[in-house]
Amino acid sequence: MARKITYQQAINEALDQEMTRDPSVIVMGEDVAGGAGAPGEEDSWGGVLGVTKGLFAKHPGRVLDTPISESGYVGAAVGAACNGLRPVAELMFIDFMGVCFDQIFNQAAKFRYMFGGKAKTPVVIRAMYGAGFRAAAQHSQCLYNIFTHIPGLKVVIPSNPYDAKGLLIQSIRDNDPVIFLEHKALYTMEGDVPEESYVVPFGEAAVVHEGDDVTIVAFGRMVNYAKDVAGTLRKKGVQCDVIDPRTTSPMDFDTILESVERTGRLVVVDESHPRCSMASDVSGFIAQEAFGALKAPIQMVTAPHSPVPFAAVLEDLYIPSPARIEEAVMRVKEYK
Amino acid sequence: MSAIFTVTMPKWGLSMQEGKVNLWLKEVGDSIAPGEEIIEVESEKISGAVEAAATGVLRRQVAQADDVLPVGALLGIIADADVSDELIDDLVTRFQAEFVPPSADEEDSGPQTQTVKVGDVQLRYLKMGEDSAGAVPLLLVHGFGGDLNNWLFNHEPLSASRAVYALDLPGHGSSTKVTGIASLEALGKVVVGFMDAVGIECAHLAGHSMGGGVCLAVAKLAPNKVKSLSLIASAGLGTEINGAYIDGFVAAASRGAFKPVLETLYSNASLVNRSMIDDMLKYKRLEGVDSALSTLAAGLFAGGRQAEQLASAASGKPVLVIWGESDRVIPSSHATAIPGATVKVMPGQGHMVQLEAAGEVNKLIGEFLSK
Repeated sequence: MARKITYQQAINEALDQEMTRDPSVIVMGEDVAGGAGAPGEEDSWGGVLGVTKGLFAKHPGRVLDTPISESGYVGAAVGAACNGLRPVAELMFIDFMGVCFDQIFNQAAKFRYMFGGKAKTPVVIRAMYGAGFRAAAQHSQCLYNIFTHIPGLKVVIPSNPYDAKGLLIQSIRDNDPVIFLEHKALYTMEGDVPEESYVVPFGEAAVVHEGDDVTIVAFGRMVNYAKDVAGTLRKKGVQCDVIDPRTTSPMDFDTILESVERTGRLVVVDESHPRCSMASDVSGFIAQEAFGALKAPIQMVTAPHSPVPFAAVLEDLYIPSPARIEEAVMRVKEYK
Repeated sequence: MSAIFTVTMPKWGLSMQEGKVNLWLKEVGDSIAPGEEIIEVESEKISGAVEAAATGVLRRQVAQADDVLPVGALLGIIADADVSDELIDDLVTRFQAEFVPPSADEEDSGPQTQTVKVGDVQLRYLKMGEDSAGAVPLLLVHGFGGDLNNWLFNHEPLSASRAVYALDLPGHGSSTKVTGIASLEALGKVVVGFMDAVGIECAHLAGHSMGGGVCLAVAKLAPNKVKSLSLIASAGLGTEINGAYIDGFVAAASRGAFKPVLETLYSNASLVNRSMIDDMLKYKRLEGVDSALSTLAAGLFAGGRQAEQLASAASGKPVLVIWGESDRVIPSSHATAIPGATVKVMPGQGHMVQLEAAGEVNKLIGEFLSK
């Protein structure tokens, strides 16, 4: 039975249902239970924003508070995954990944390949990303492109509560390391989510708005901006396809290609910096594979090549806005 | 006194907020009778025709093709020929000035689905129309892999003069995904339990496809609870069924695999849009659905043959049989299986005739029930 819950509740429910289904699933991270030695649900903190609240009491012994040492517990999670558990490690902010790159890039991502398929590493690393929280340059980045670059990692960026639940369940059941990224601004977003367990497969884009004039490919939070813009433009007679790839590795390029071959116009919206980004990745792919179909230059709507500013007015300018997306769509639509 | 009637953007399904006008099917000046299709409208999920609720002449086409308008917005005006243009213009001006589109927060206004427990099974259902003394309620039962939304274009129109219920069968829609149900009789028992649970003593039953077979099973199990049977492209009336369709439906796990399967259902394949396929995939991916559907398919339709024949269960009941002549799932030759039934085979129509020719099907059922 579907009912409306938030993105944050959808993530909590996915963890709860998978922990109930499979005793090898554990959750670990900073304050995910409530601080070391917390007695139970009542004073359980449930992570920095409360996403894992309640799991400590429901699944005794399987929600582990860790020291503030990402390099330590992410390494432990990777090791536990190689030895039969399915750990979900919460890394608070994606910005902190830097201190455990070796564990992720050189170890987890490589085991299956370097051991000739004999090893599997079913670890999920959850982290928050994105700007808009006045949290300054070290807590606001969108680094999904860095993980997408590494073969052996799967990268998941849900844009809504339904996908968040189904993709997290798939992430936990998947036998490869998965980087699961949650935008802070989406935690309060509500949507229809079935009570039952379900899986959203990797590598299957969602088309969240349909139209034949312009293709918009957007990631994470930006999908919702793009969808709103498409709704506004529809009333003005401009019809947009809005594609949410949902996972950037694997990536459903087929759906993007099919759409651009029909529309001939592409706008890519990415909250990340423009260089070596998902925006440049998709643009490069389409320039190579669908050059003949293009009726206008591809437009990228991204943040600037700059750290996320702390000054509120600058941070607001930094994030791609619906107005900028609309301008880009009109630019490709009216290109002669 | 002469009357003026508004034609407004319909609300098809709980999530519809706005619709796009495709084209007018009637011209200004055309005479209109109730039930006639006057304008084609497209929601995010499906396109269909708006039917007239009144008699008169189409006097204004307020909305134009390609307009995107909120639910409840003015599309056109039907009035008697002798109503003055001034009066009509006044009404249009007043309507447009006073019209407030429903906000997104009010999405849940209007009829709400409810749930009821029958044993361990939670069933979702939607009730429209009012209980009224002397009006026997109508219960709509969907087919294999379907849900109560299969009655999107029928439910509300049929509820003008009686309470009309539509439910999700076990393993379907938002009802519990129980596994292990493998016969029409087992589904029939759940429907009897549903009628008891919501307090329906006796009802007219209307079933589509497998749901028709379920209605026949209810008539066999509890004849006193069944006032009449309206069977649309019904199971249980012959042995043939398109096994490739059933197997394809059970196996489909991606958009690409699902599309040709769903197209088998419709005479107009373009109705199978991305939104419909996505909704079906969302359903199929729920835990338990795979197993529920495979068990049901193996019990009912193994090897492309229907295991249960239930035509005799209809004996003594008034029966209406409706079929699309070009049905590619269950052949329309089964339409004559029940002696004495009123039979209507509709040329050019497919398996989902209640959606694709909703106006005519509603009219047939409405007339049948009022007898």
